[in-house]
Amino acid sequence: MASVTPSDPAAVPARADRRLLRDIALVCLADAVVGVSFGAIAVTGGLPVWVPVLMSLIVFAGSAQFSTVAVLAAGGGPVAAAATGLLLNTRTAAFSLAVADALGRSWPVRLVGAHLVTDETAAFVLAQRDPRRRRAAFWISGLGLFAAWNLSVLAGALAGSALGDTARFGLDAAFPAVLLALVLPALRGSAGVRRAAAAGVVIAVAATPVLPAGVPVLLALTGLLVARTPWRGTPSRTPRSGSPSRKTSPGAPS
Amino acid sequence: MNATLVAVLVLAAGTYVFRLAGPLLHGRVELPARVQELLTVGATVLLVGLLATGALTEGHGFAGWARPAGVLAGGVLAWRKAPFAVVVVGAAATTGLLRLAGVP
Repeated sequence: MASVTPSDPAAVPARADRRLLRDIALVCLADAVVGVSFGAIAVTGGLPVWVPVLMSLIVFAGSAQFSTVAVLAAGGGPVAAAATGLLLNTRTAAFSLAVADALGRSWPVRLVGAHLVTDETAAFVLAQRDPRRRRAAFWISGLGLFAAWNLSVLAGALAGSALGDTARFGLDAAFPAVLLALVLPALRGSAGVRRAAAAGVVIAVAATPVLPAGVPVLLALTGLLVARTPWRGTPSRTPRSGSPSRKTSPGAPS
Repeated sequence: MNATLVAVLVLAAGTYVFRLAGPLLHGRVELPARVQELLTVGATVLLVGLLATGALTEGHGFAGWARPAGVLAGGVLAWRKAPFAVVVVGAAATTGLLRLAGVP
C-alpha cells in the first residue's frame, strides 16, 4: 500500500525529477574532477593562478579552456590561443539555438542564461520534452555546473601551485589524455571524421618543428580538405532539425 | 595590456557572442545541417591535432617516449569507458612511472 506503483500518475514525474537531479549531480561531479585537473595543469604549465580562474568564470567552456591554455603554455601567441578556443566554441552557437526556448522569456534572464549554454546543459535540455521541464533542466544543470566548474578550477589552481614540478608526476600526459577521452566518441562514430583527424594530425605534427607554437594546431584543420570523403557517411543522412544531441553526452566536459 | 589577458578576454567575448545566437536568432534562423556537421567535425579535428602535438612534441622537438606512452594508456582506459578520473590518473601515473624508471 505504501509502495508507489509506476502507474501512479503523480509518482512518474517525481521519479523522473529525482533521476534528472541525480544525473545532473553526477555530471557536476565529473566536471569538478575535470576542473581540478584544468586548474592544476594550467598552473603547473607555467600560467599564473588568475588565468585559469578568470577564464573559467568568463569563458566557461572546458575543451576551449584546455586548448587555449595548451597553446599559451606551449609559448603560442594570444591570437593562436584565442583562435583555437573560439573555433572549438563555434558549436555553442548551434547548442544555443537548440536550447533557446528553455532559457526564459525576459531579456535579462536570457542574457544570463546564454552564458550557461554548454555541451552538458544542451544535452540535459534536449533529453526533456515538456517546456517547463526543459527550462528547469537548463537552469539547474547550468547553475550547478557553473558552480562546480569554477570552484573546482580554483581548487585545482591552488593545489597546482603547491605541487611544483609536474613532469615528475607525469601531469603533462594528463592533458592530451583528457582531450583523447573527449574526442573518442566522435572518432568511434564516423570513419570520415577519423580520416580527417588523421590527416590533420600528420600535418600538425609535421609542421611543429618549423612553425611558431599554436599555428600547427590550426593547420590541422586542413585535414578537413584532405579527407574529402563525406563525413556524413553515417546512416543518419536525413536532414536533422538542428538537434546537436547526437554528438552530446552528459559527462563529457564542454 | 598583458597578452594572455587579451587572449582570455577575446575568447570570452567571442564565446558569449556564439552563445547569444539562440536568444537572438531563435525562430528566425536554423543552421543548415551541413554547416553544423562541418563545425562539429572541425572541432574534433582541431582537438585531435591539439592532443597529438601535445602528446608528441615539446617546443619544436620530440617530447620523449614517456609522455606519449602515458597518453596512450589514458586513451586505452577511455576506450574501455573508464571514468574520467581514472583516465587522468592512469595517463599521469604511466608517464610518471616511466620517468622514474629513467625513460625520458
